[in-house]
Amino acid sequence: MEFNYEPFLLSFKLASIVSIILFLVALPLAWKLSQSRSKFKPIYEAFSALPIVLPPTVLGFYVLFALSQNSPFGAFIEEFLGIKLVFNFYGLIVASCLYSFPFMLQPLQSGFESLPKSLIEASYLCGKSNFQTLLHVALPNIKSSIMTAVVITFAHTVGEFGVVLMVGGSIPGETKVASIAIYEFVETLDYRSAHIYSAIMVFISFVVLLLVYIFNYKQKKVEFLR
Amino acid sequence: MIEIDIKKGLRGFKGDMNLDIKLSITRGSFVSILGKSGSGKTTLLRILAGLESAKGRVDIDGDIWQDSKKMVHPRDRSVGFVFQDYALFPNMSIIENLLFANQDEALAKKLLKMTELSELKDTLSTTLSGGQQQRVAICRALMRKPKILLLDEPLSALDMQMREKLQLEILNLHKTFKTTTIMVSHSPNEIYKMSDFVAIIEDGKVKKYGNPKEILLKTSGSQKFSFRGRVLDIHRADILHVAVIAIDNQIVEIVLDSNETDRLKIGDSVRVSTKAFSPIVSKID
Repeated sequence: MEFNYEPFLLSFKLASIVSIILFLVALPLAWKLSQSRSKFKPIYEAFSALPIVLPPTVLGFYVLFALSQNSPFGAFIEEFLGIKLVFNFYGLIVASCLYSFPFMLQPLQSGFESLPKSLIEASYLCGKSNFQTLLHVALPNIKSSIMTAVVITFAHTVGEFGVVLMVGGSIPGETKVASIAIYEFVETLDYRSAHIYSAIMVFISFVVLLLVYIFNYKQKKVEFLR
Repeated sequence: MIEIDIKKGLRGFKGDMNLDIKLSITRGSFVSILGKSGSGKTTLLRILAGLESAKGRVDIDGDIWQDSKKMVHPRDRSVGFVFQDYALFPNMSIIENLLFANQDEALAKKLLKMTELSELKDTLSTTLSGGQQQRVAICRALMRKPKILLLDEPLSALDMQMREKLQLEILNLHKTFKTTTIMVSHSPNEIYKMSDFVAIIEDGKVKKYGNPKEILLKTSGSQKFSFRGRVLDIHRADILHVAVIAIDNQIVEIVLDSNETDRLKIGDSVRVSTKAFSPIVSKID
């Protein structure tokens, strides 16, 4: 049997794009939430954490509905951009962004919250704006949180299954990512391929997590020496 | 003149308290604030810097930083603030910490030279000792040539020798830049040495304001000297009772009057004073 890399490439392409988009979206939100003393903060936090607890099918169903032509949003996108969002790669990106959002937001937010309040205040008193403070003071001092957020988001996107299946289906080269490929191998009783794919997933996931833990361990050591 | 008139309800560990501070401070002077923990000293500094909201008015030489209509953001106030934990940016070297506040390299070099930090200018702030970090924090606060400099117990974490050295350095900087300075301190000794004026704050209100000599010197009448202390131990030596009393950082043994022996117990606050004899002062090295 010839080994087909395509589902893996697709998984990593999806995860890379999702990680980049979410980093850019979640960063300002995490910063805002960490600085907020609003009484509505718990509501925002609970809402943003929903994808962690919801069954992927629930999320998948809503996303499928929202992106399809039956919803105003889906119809709008199709009419003005000419892009269909269901059963193709774009749909996967939108669905994965929603699904992995809390995994990017939470580590960043707790990183910001762990910074001493006086550091942020000192930056304001140096005449710096909110944005300059974020860029020059907050971000450089939460490196390990950034690393954790990006890698966990990436790994979580590679590992998702239910949402992808509902929104993307299983179109080879378009929406058939590694996790779905494995599901199909098992369905069609091709255990050999399922074994190979699964082993590769385990290996890659382990290496990724190992690198994060080594990085964070070193980072902590540096902080401790300080 | 600096006119402060602020009010704020505070929730302290002893219950609710109203901070209600009125102060007029002469431009260029060095003012110390003395008071117990929880009396609102730090909150006062934070309100002046704009880090906490309060009702009232802050007028710095005609610049209104807050009144009923407006509240100027901390970044737009000309204020230098030295935090208790120094708050140096760990990702920056010393010189970068200074230049972050203001891109004036000549001033940064001058400040570092005055505080003997020139050789360390490229090291990361996190590798410094407490005394060095404190100096960097003060230099950084002065980089924007602020109208007022606020020091929140700047020397409390340092040992005696370092304190004395830094007291002189702060005074030196104060004289050079003539920045109006407000310092929170616990040490009457430090306040006496450094300040032109002292404000005693109790339960959120200014109890006394004036020059340190009038306010801090406790001796009056025929007493030659008088200190507050705390009884650490009372023991019997032959027919006498001897008390071990802690006064500031020192411990002394004093023979007790037999009438006092019964009234005193360990832990009591006491006044140690003498009238009849002149205390002898002799130099120690």
